[in-house]
Amino acid sequence: MTEPLLTLAGVHTHIGPYHILQGVDLEVPEGGVTVLLGRNGAGKTTTLRTIMGLWRPSQGEVRFGDHLVSGLATPDIARRGIAFVPEDMGIFTDLTVAENMLLAAARGPMDAKRLDWIKQLFPPIGTFWNSSAGTLSGGQKQMLSVARAIIEPRRLILIDEPTKGLAPSIIRAMTDALRQLKETDTTILLVEQNFAMASSIGDTVAVMDDGRIIHAGAMRALMDDAGLQEKLMGLSLEAHQ
Amino acid sequence: MSDTSIRPKMERETLRDLLIRKLPVLLVPLLAIAGLLAIGNPASWVTLTAAGLAMGMMIFIMASGLTVVFGLMDVINFGHGAFVTVGAFVGFTVLAWLGGWTAPPSVMMNLAAVLIAILAAMVVTGLLGYAFERVIVMPVYGQHLKQILVTMGGLIIAQQMIHVIWGPDEIHLSRPETLQGALVIGEAAIEKYRLLAVSIGLVLFLGMRHVLKHTRVGLLVRAGVENGEMVEALGYRIRRLFLLVFMTGSALAGLGGVMWGLYQETITAHMGSDIMVMVFIVVIIGGLGSVEGCFIGALLVGLLANYTAFLAPKVALISTIGLMVVILMWRPQGLYPVVKAK
Repeated sequence: MTEPLLTLAGVHTHIGPYHILQGVDLEVPEGGVTVLLGRNGAGKTTTLRTIMGLWRPSQGEVRFGDHLVSGLATPDIARRGIAFVPEDMGIFTDLTVAENMLLAAARGPMDAKRLDWIKQLFPPIGTFWNSSAGTLSGGQKQMLSVARAIIEPRRLILIDEPTKGLAPSIIRAMTDALRQLKETDTTILLVEQNFAMASSIGDTVAVMDDGRIIHAGAMRALMDDAGLQEKLMGLSLEAHQ
Repeated sequence: MSDTSIRPKMERETLRDLLIRKLPVLLVPLLAIAGLLAIGNPASWVTLTAAGLAMGMMIFIMASGLTVVFGLMDVINFGHGAFVTVGAFVGFTVLAWLGGWTAPPSVMMNLAAVLIAILAAMVVTGLLGYAFERVIVMPVYGQHLKQILVTMGGLIIAQQMIHVIWGPDEIHLSRPETLQGALVIGEAAIEKYRLLAVSIGLVLFLGMRHVLKHTRVGLLVRAGVENGEMVEALGYRIRRLFLLVFMTGSALAGLGGVMWGLYQETITAHMGSDIMVMVFIVVIIGGLGSVEGCFIGALLVGLLANYTAFLAPKVALISTIGLMVVILMWRPQGLYPVVKAK
């Protein structure tokens, strides 16, 4: 197995008086989709935010490639090639769709070919290019959030529950888009509670509970092992089918 | 993702929604019309309206920086008035040096003197803003109570420094020769200086609007006001942006200080803290973080203060507070509430 692109070793994160991450060990291999599963409150979102530097780990380290990134400021982590699609989508509703995309292309002008590809992946981006992002529907905002993350080539994209609250047709569309994105050799760390969606695109899987990783391995192995599924479902997945 | 089942759709804005959205903009002409009806005499109304707009523009100049500083980083800067005062005193010193340019009745020389005084005041207050942000504000990010205390402390220090440098007495600041007196149009008299104040305020507002809407820095400021965390996650250093905004806001306060000093023709070490009550009211009326709201709020305050001072001088004392109460009862978060993601 090649060197992991992202490694978390013994990461602890405190938010105020709460000890949320309690020693997370996670490896995200380069290429493909790693899915982070777990019940509400297990620490999935905190894990992504800790990787992004939005919360500082109180202990442990986060390595991205050969570099230690825990302790760096969020903009410096982003500039190393990590994009973040937060659970609340983080859309700038006061700006137009075009302005949202323009800001996401932090390194310079948008690549026209890449933008065309994105518009083909997410048609509403083109349709509502000059509209205020605040007037988009929930699904369209989610598409914009993912589109922003991929307007420039990134080595790793952290996506937090992209299907939450969306209609089945939009979920299918989002899954298709992520599958196409995966084919571009972009590595994705995906937090998802929709197991059907997660298992359809995930290559590797990690399951969290109580601020720790309780299982990590190939998605195929989890899907083929009814006993393991039963064990993990009992712990973490049952409520999220 | 070419699934035909996801047809993009967007709700059309109804006329009613459009009116509600635009209503704050209409408040200024509505107030002006109400003023005309109440005053009756068109000449007096023109004079008072010009005075109100000039006052509003100057308050806007002072308040615009404060509202963006608050919107972008949730920083409550009670020391903002210090920049107004320092700006006025620097402007006074420069105009005193340029006495040879302010005394002759030459429009060009007089305007050049005012412009140089303004630029000097903006440079000094901009640099002072840099020091203020690094030393006083930076250690207390996210701690509102401490921000109030330390920025007030900064204001007191600035006032005392002004006493040390310029002395404790109030200073008379006379306007350059050609900016004194009034233009008489029909029966209405409009002070020349007020026309200059309205022009500068309008240019500044249009300039700020342009920067905020059409430049990358402006987009970042607007995005940062809404969701600073996401701006950082896109790779931008918001603290640097904030420092830039803080310095710009301080420089604008310095500009406002020169304008206000020339308007009042008297400057004191506490003029900044005195005007801050009005500035805070305008920022609150407009919606914390909203430049457009701040502009409209400032014009409303300026017009109302002048109309009521003419119609009912005793009511004038509470008219601004009354306006704030009415607007907050109508829109509790101000005329243009800024959507905050956090």
